[in-house]
This record gives sequence, C-alpha cells and structure tokens, in this order.
Amino acid sequence: MTQLPQSTDRKLGLVIDLDTCVGCHACVISCKGWNTENYGAALSDTDAYGPDVSGTFLNRVHSYEVKPETGPAQLIHFPKSCLHCEDAPCVTVCPTGASYKRTADGIVLVNEDACIGCGLCAWACPYGARELDATAGVMKKCTLCIDRIYNENLPEEDQIPACVRTCPAGARHFGDFADPNSNVSKLTAERGGMDLMPEQGTRPTNKYLPPRPKDCSGEINTLAPLLEPVATDGKGFVGWLDKMLSALPGGNA
Amino acid sequence: MHPAKSVIIFTTLSGIGFGMLFFIGLGMIVPEGLMAFIWFAIAYLFSVGGLIASTFHLKHPERALRAFTQWKTSWLSREGVLSVVALLVMAAYGAGLVFLKTRWAYVGYVGAILSLLTVFATSMIYAQLKTVPRWRDFSTPLMFLGYAGAGGSLMTGQVDYALALLALTGLLQLLNWMRGDGALGKSGSDIGTATGLGTAAQVRAFEPPHTGTNYLLKEMVYVVGRKHAGRLRILSLLMGIGLPILLLLAPFGHMLAALAIVSHIVGVFASRWLFFAQAEHVVGLYYGKR
Repeated sequence: MTQLPQSTDRKLGLVIDLDTCVGCHACVISCKGWNTENYGAALSDTDAYGPDVSGTFLNRVHSYEVKPETGPAQLIHFPKSCLHCEDAPCVTVCPTGASYKRTADGIVLVNEDACIGCGLCAWACPYGARELDATAGVMKKCTLCIDRIYNENLPEEDQIPACVRTCPAGARHFGDFADPNSNVSKLTAERGGMDLMPEQGTRPTNKYLPPRPKDCSGEINTLAPLLEPVATDGKGFVGWLDKMLSALPGGNA
Repeated sequence: MHPAKSVIIFTTLSGIGFGMLFFIGLGMIVPEGLMAFIWFAIAYLFSVGGLIASTFHLKHPERALRAFTQWKTSWLSREGVLSVVALLVMAAYGAGLVFLKTRWAYVGYVGAILSLLTVFATSMIYAQLKTVPRWRDFSTPLMFLGYAGAGGSLMTGQVDYALALLALTGLLQLLNWMRGDGALGKSGSDIGTATGLGTAAQVRAFEPPHTGTNYLLKEMVYVVGRKHAGRLRILSLLMGIGLPILLLLAPFGHMLAALAIVSHIVGVFASRWLFFAQAEHVVGLYYGKR
C-alpha cells in the first residue's frame, strides 16, 4: 500500500563521502551489472552502440566545481541514487500500490508486477532517483541490493550493496541509521552528514559527508617563479630570432 | 516537463467533458429523449475520450484497473475513482432523461458535484508536486476548474455563464503564469541545496554523469520550444478566451457558437502544452539546467 509506515524498525541506507569519492564510476557499473542480472527487470540500454545512446541506471555520478570564497576551486564527484526517504513522495503518489516503503527496514521498493508505468513517482522524486525503463516499461530504482544484503548464499563480505562492495576508495558505507552506534550513524555524527534538498521535506535516509576543507598554505604554486615568461626585451641572437620569426606570415610583428 | 500528447489531450478534453456534465447535471439544460441522448453522447465523448487518451502514456495499460486502489494517498487514483463514479451517476441521470423523460434532479446535482471534483482531482495530480514549483500553487486547481467551467458552459450554450467564466478563466490563467514564472526562484531549491556543496553562486555543474541523454532529461528537463512560449501564451489567450468572448457577444448563431468552441479548444490545447513544457522540475538542478 502507498501509505507510508509511521516508523520503520530499521533505517537501512548509505553514507556517501564526498571527500573520498574519486569519481571513478565503478559503483555505477557494479550497480548496473548486479541489477541487470538479478532481481527484477533488466536495466536496458537503447541504441547502445549508435549515436543516440541512452540507458537506465539506478546510480549516477555527477561532478561539480565548487568555488569557495577563498582558496582554489574544488572538483567534487557526486554519486546519486535513491535516498530511501522517510517521507517518500514517490510512494504516496503511486496510484496502484506498486511503490511501497518497507516497515522492517525502510527500503523503498517497486513491485514491478503492479507498476503501470505512468511515471508519476519519478515526477514526485526531487532527486531523479527513479527511471522508467524504456524496454520493460516499469519503474526502476535502487533496491539497496535487497537480493544481496539478505542473501545468505553469498559470503558475508558480499552481503552489502554492490556499489558499496565495489567502491575502491571506501567512499560508500552501508548500515542502519536507526542504531545510533552503527558505522553510518557515527560517520554522520562525526563528519556532519547532510540531507540533499532538505527544503523538499522528504527526510532522506541516505546522508552525504561534505568535503573536508583543503589545506591552504598561501604558497600553492611553488614553481610559479620558474615559469615566468621569457624576457620580451630580448637582445642579441634571441632578439634577432624573435624579430625574424615575427616577420614571417602568421607572426605577430 | 515533457508535454506528452496523451496527457494534454486527456486534461483538455476530459476537462471540457466534465464541465459539460456539470452544467447538464445542474439542470441548466434539460433535454429529453433523443436530444438528451445526443447531449450526453457529446459530453461522454469528451470526458471518456480524454480518459482513454490518458491511458496511452501508460507503459502497462493492461494493469490500469489497479490504479483505482490507492485513493487514500494518491490523487491520480482519486481522479480515476471520481471520474468513474461521476460518469456512472450521470449515466443514471441521463437514462432517466433519455428513456423515461424524467428528471431526477438530485441525481443530477450529485453528478454535477462529482464531475467538478473529478476536474479538481486531475488538477491536484500536478498541483501536489513539490518538485515542480510552477505547478504547486492554489491557482493551478482554480485554473483547471475555470477552464472546465468555461468549456462546459460554452458547449451547453449557457452564453451568460460562458462570458463570465471565460473572463474569469482568462484572469486565472494570467495569475497562474505570473505566479508560476517566479516559483522556482522562490522555492528555496537551487544547485546549492541540491548538492549541499555551498551557495548557488559557488556550485557549477562541471560534468554530467553520462555522455548521452537519459529518461530524467527527456521527461523532466524538457526545454525544446520554450523560445516560442511568449507568443504561444498570447495565442492561447486570444484563441481560448478573447475570440470566444467576441463571438458570444455577436448576435447568436450556430456557426458563430461552433467557431467559438473550436477556437476555445485550440486555445486550451496551447495553454496545456505550455503548462507542461514550461514546468521546471527541480531534478534539472543536478544537471545545471535551471
């Protein structure tokens, strides 16, 4: 049913460390791989080898340039997937009950057999976390790898979401936010984990750790003096060469 | 937002159809026998035609019956339930007029109210979305109701009501545009809050997550054709409101009335196209597209 639970027993979700993420997109690929081969309809690609490439992804990595008031600009890689919101607007708008939030662990899921592919849930999500698959015609979204985290056939270290398992930088963490002593709760508290678009009132479960401020010695470019331009008032052979080259067609004499 | 043809046709036609049923239900016209059948057929053609058009954008229309189940939370579900109940009640009212030449006035009143509620529910599918600040405004349902009333009175030949409702709808349309144009700016959402990385002036989208396009961009970051928006707005007001008013003020003639109706429908189509094409979804912020 599309009524949201009052509260959930556990609040499973991710912490994404924007300070650590190197923007390698490995999480995007492992997500696409796992979720194409396992639970639910495959994540299709259309015109995969043609000029108009398009495909369904549950996780995408943006990159942003941030120019602080002082100091040099920073490049921040920004992975984005479903935030498994506590007040998930995508769930309540669903006309069929295909979208639901689980009372046991707070995971937001789509029952693909009941989805009519109207797309309203994707409209209701501010984060772009839901994509209607062009081939299957049903709404796809992050399942928090529900078929891994409870899958006892997998080795214990693999019983976490594929994106977390594969991240080579350790920028993604999986855990239970309802437990104040969990790894994700502690990280959020220590590093000032934040909500995306809090003004939308969605109360996301996933938290983002802001980039740490960069060291700034004031003398960043130690080689700069050595890179001064060659003297413009050249004398002797260099001066003559400069004059001759400038006189050639395309020169600036 | 992507202006899907099916949704534009749906909101325009079903708005006019339920507007007609509203005026018929109120007893503004009380046709009997064959005439009643023709009136109801026209109203149902518009309302049911629009509803059928709305299913064309579903990827799995064979599961559409499920959409009647979630009326507790979903405006789309409520719209479906209300439309079917309104059509059934009005069908009973119509059966009385067509076959028994009897007017069950209270059935008509209930049907009229349900027809109006259906249009309201349609408008709330859009007005409920916090993610599209342009739509999330009290003027959106008022404008939808205005268009339904104007179209309904025009179709049922209620000249006095049509004149008043057309003028009122024109004002509501202007109000919706005026409030909508600044809505995203006032919503408090910008690339800074979307990423949490600083103020909007400090954050710039450097590289998108993919080289091609995707569902999100096609569906929610639609910008094609916006350059004609100003001209289309004028055209929509002239065709949808201005010309029908002039034609109604002229001495009454069936040809003029028909022209007024055609002009009005073209104007409403233009208005609905703009309603979708100009709507900015906040997900565009992540792509630096706002």
